[in-house]
Amino acid sequence: MKPVAKSSSASNPLDADMHLRLEGIITPMAAMPGALLPILHAVQDAFGHVPPACVPLIANALNLSRAEVHGVISFYHDFRSTPPGRHVLKLCRAEACQARGARELEAQLVSRLGIGFHETTADGSITLEPVYCLGNCACAPTAMLDGTVHGRLSTERMASLLDSCGVKK
Amino acid sequence: MRSKFDPDLGTPAIQSLDTLKLVQLSINGIAVRVPAGTSVMRAAALNDIQVPRLCATDTLDAFGSCRLCLVEIEGMKGYPASCTTPVAEGMKVTTQSTRLAELRRGVMELYVSDHPLDCDTCPANGHCELQDMAEVIGVGDTRYHHEGANHFREDANPAFAAPDVSNPYFAFDPSLCIVCSRCVRACDEVQGTHALTIQGRGFDSKVAASQDQSFLDSECVSCGACVQACPTAALMEKSVIAQGQPERNEITTCAYCGVGCSFRAEMQGEDVVRMVPHIDGKANHGHACVKGRFAIGYATHAERITKPMIRASIHEPWTVVSWDEAIAHTAREFRRIQAEHGRDSIGGITSSRCTNEETWLVQKLVRAAFGNNNVDTCARVCHSPTGYGLKATLGESAGTQNFDSVRKTDVMFVIGANPTDAHPVFGSAMKRRLREGARLIVADPRSIDLVRTPHVQADYLLQLKPGSNVALLNAMAHAIVEEGLHDAAFIALRCEDASFQRWLTFIREPRNSPEASEADTGVPAASVRAAARLYATGGNAAIYYGLGVTEHAQGSTAVMAIANLAMLTGNIGRPGVGVNPMRGQNNVQGSCDMGSFPHELPGYRHVSDNAVRAEFEKDWGVGLLAEPGLRIPNMFEAALDGEFKALYIQGEDLAQSDPNTQHVTAALSAMECIVVQDLFLNETAKFAHVFLPGSTFLEKDGTFTNAERRISRVRKVMQPKAGYADWEITQLIAQAMGYPMHYTHPSEIMEEIARLTPTFAGVSYARIDELGSIQWPCNDAAPEGTPIMHVDEFVRGKGRFMLTEYLPTTERVNARFPLILTTGRILSQYNVGAQTRRTPNSLWHSEDVLEIHPHDAEQRGIAEGDWVGIASRAGDTVLRARISSRMQAGVVYTTFHFPFSGANVITTENSDWATNCPEYKVTAVEVTRVSQPSEWQQRYRAFSDAQQQLLRERRMSPTPAAP
Repeated sequence: MKPVAKSSSASNPLDADMHLRLEGIITPMAAMPGALLPILHAVQDAFGHVPPACVPLIANALNLSRAEVHGVISFYHDFRSTPPGRHVLKLCRAEACQARGARELEAQLVSRLGIGFHETTADGSITLEPVYCLGNCACAPTAMLDGTVHGRLSTERMASLLDSCGVKK
Repeated sequence: MRSKFDPDLGTPAIQSLDTLKLVQLSINGIAVRVPAGTSVMRAAALNDIQVPRLCATDTLDAFGSCRLCLVEIEGMKGYPASCTTPVAEGMKVTTQSTRLAELRRGVMELYVSDHPLDCDTCPANGHCELQDMAEVIGVGDTRYHHEGANHFREDANPAFAAPDVSNPYFAFDPSLCIVCSRCVRACDEVQGTHALTIQGRGFDSKVAASQDQSFLDSECVSCGACVQACPTAALMEKSVIAQGQPERNEITTCAYCGVGCSFRAEMQGEDVVRMVPHIDGKANHGHACVKGRFAIGYATHAERITKPMIRASIHEPWTVVSWDEAIAHTAREFRRIQAEHGRDSIGGITSSRCTNEETWLVQKLVRAAFGNNNVDTCARVCHSPTGYGLKATLGESAGTQNFDSVRKTDVMFVIGANPTDAHPVFGSAMKRRLREGARLIVADPRSIDLVRTPHVQADYLLQLKPGSNVALLNAMAHAIVEEGLHDAAFIALRCEDASFQRWLTFIREPRNSPEASEADTGVPAASVRAAARLYATGGNAAIYYGLGVTEHAQGSTAVMAIANLAMLTGNIGRPGVGVNPMRGQNNVQGSCDMGSFPHELPGYRHVSDNAVRAEFEKDWGVGLLAEPGLRIPNMFEAALDGEFKALYIQGEDLAQSDPNTQHVTAALSAMECIVVQDLFLNETAKFAHVFLPGSTFLEKDGTFTNAERRISRVRKVMQPKAGYADWEITQLIAQAMGYPMHYTHPSEIMEEIARLTPTFAGVSYARIDELGSIQWPCNDAAPEGTPIMHVDEFVRGKGRFMLTEYLPTTERVNARFPLILTTGRILSQYNVGAQTRRTPNSLWHSEDVLEIHPHDAEQRGIAEGDWVGIASRAGDTVLRARISSRMQAGVVYTTFHFPFSGANVITTENSDWATNCPEYKVTAVEVTRVSQPSEWQQRYRAFSDAQQQLLRERRMSPTPAAP
């Protein structure tokens, strides 16, 4: 029940192109059982994030409320509501990696990037996220850059990963 | 905050057949027997053993998140949560031990470490469940200090979120929230809006509305279920924050819609602090809507008139007079007019907003003191066809079920009703059952909310053309008969064979087939057949209908067609089925029962019935007329003919609510003495000569009868602001006119009602107090009332199938008026709006708008928000346009809550053939872009302003006296 004469759009509206692409994602998946998570993954894969303006359309397609969809998106750290940097680096902070030197890597990242976890560098080159186990403990410490897992990371190897992302030295 | 006067058993009662099977277990060594399926927590609570809890409450399903209700159960590993563990035979439960105490203390320390400790200044102080638990569990010094991350220190913590005070009635303070999810679950389970969620996880968890918006900007419908469910002050009524907690309470009944919710009015002295729906209320089970719970500010609004006033002409200022003078003047005028123009030149109007007792007195005043039968009621313009149609077919002028029957319904057929807006609490009950898997057929010109709302999806939306209900209902019956889906055994046993055979021949005629009627209804035959099949074969099928059925030229025919369908498929006489009229106002059923019609004495017995009349004559000590009196429209005609001169109107606003406003106001202007008894200077009062200040439902004792025939008490919680309750005013008029009425309390009126009305024979205030509420018929055969009617046989014996020939309305579209206007209500406003417009509810709906289909709008060059003129044969008005694909092309829609909208300037005098119920739902119109209000609106504004001025200029009488 919205009040009169007051707009309540949660974010910028979708442009026509995004709207079409979104429908292309939702329509074939809407009928499958438990469609919400697969749809959210597909949207994030397509747009790099789940724009809040997508939520009403997803909710409507699945006959859920906006609140329910918002609750799911905000519950999972992997889903993001704002665009990430050009690259996403996820550093594992779980026990095995910490035991094998992940804290040093964390300090290295914070100092070189000048940002903390869940943040993006000012030039938009990279977004830093924590992750709790990538299943690569035997090769700890581990990080994931744009979906690719890198094991046995040293500060030198991490530095070259950052270089490859165009991060200033 | 739940009412502290309602004990909480922690988890809901089990609703299943197994409830008859009792399970024995022992709790703390005490042998306990409870229905199978009951939770250990509830079993303990039922035996006065309280298990600590925070996330559990008996209005919501168990959730198991707070981990305070852990118990030990012999043979079970660990410490199961008592809220989610069902009882089992022979179970041995321990609710208190050293280990349990340690575990609970550990949890409580965590809760308390993230909660401000300024309980003294908290609005929930003394009635906060967190505080209670801290007390019970004993948290002295917490090991976790307040210095670390928390949600309540604005200065130190990024997780702090400021209170959301956007809703006019309640505030949300996240710093006080313990994330028990009770509010989220209440919104999901009880209200069914799903507007809330827990956003984030772990320490970030926060209650959020929609996509982390303010409550006001979200889908929240402000029902307040979350506020009631909150165990702390996180969600709290602003009135409690401002006024403090109530000290006493009184159980009463809501004065808004026909659901008739039971409430606790929680009071401080003479002030209502808040209204809390009563957990044991049988119509609402502890739920309410934005109107009943919050919109009561009108009762103390500055515009209320609390002194009687008179004037010789409506162009003069009012004179404030004493009650004695006002009553004497009224009686004198009525008698003078009767002497000059005849006995039949005066009449009275009863109100569906007043109590049964008050309605009874008004019709008694008319019949016994006026000496005629010129009494009618606002039900004339809403559900009179229900009375007529159901009486003719089933034998009683009322719905067949109780509301709880919906819990056993498998197929709902909703036609011409919009429950989530107009009957929100029952709408929520419907949604709950639909989420459990019941199927849904909706027949409506407009796609109502129920058609598609989170977790609810109608199987069929039959978007018919306004005015074609009968054609659609006939087509469904035709399809059922043709496919042999009718219940032949039920019909043979329960219905009149001759009427059925005659009807069968009629309905089988090809013109009644879905294919033939497609042209009239606009609904594809295949959908009609599929919906008919579902209704006939889907299990327990119930029909819910509202004014979209009755307010038509064939309103009575459609009601009979509905009854035919129910009888045809055997869907009557047991839980889960039936014919359910959704009554518009709180006491429509009651005002009809109380003999408010010019042709019927109380209990729907014709005035020409000598035996019945004799009973009344004996009891009332006066002769009664055997000829019916005038209906409202006849009164207007007679007034314009100069034969009808005076009207006593109790709590009704004819000038706004009756069709063809200009005709109504002309008739009112032609009368010599109009007496309006109301809270405010309503539209009718602007034409009145005497104003008698009425009382709100909070200021008097009485009873209301809701849509399920449930008689509930209205209890006085404060003194009448004007000195008298409405029944007392009617009594004073009767006395002044020389007819004795000497009731000292409404209970005495109820005794008279019970004495003279067979269906009320067993009703008394004492009995209502004992049972909570009673559904009539209540008599020797049914001493506790009758939740479901027509169980073994119909009230009239055998059910009668009535022929329901479809005749299109004469109100047809043509080149000049190519669109059909239909009308309805919105959630936040109520009928003529006299009450809700004087509350913050107007924040959600501050003016009536015209909904128009995008195609129709485009053709006329109309954009969203444009001023549009709506013209019909009767008149024209101007509203703002809202482009809406809820509409079908060719149909426009508006609500009628604001007098300036003039919705009834457009509606015509066409009416139901049997009852004169106006055809509000079908008016041929044309819509055009305009730049200014209509001529009528400009005249209205000038007249209304002048009347307000005359009110402001009111003079004191030379001899004022206190009542």
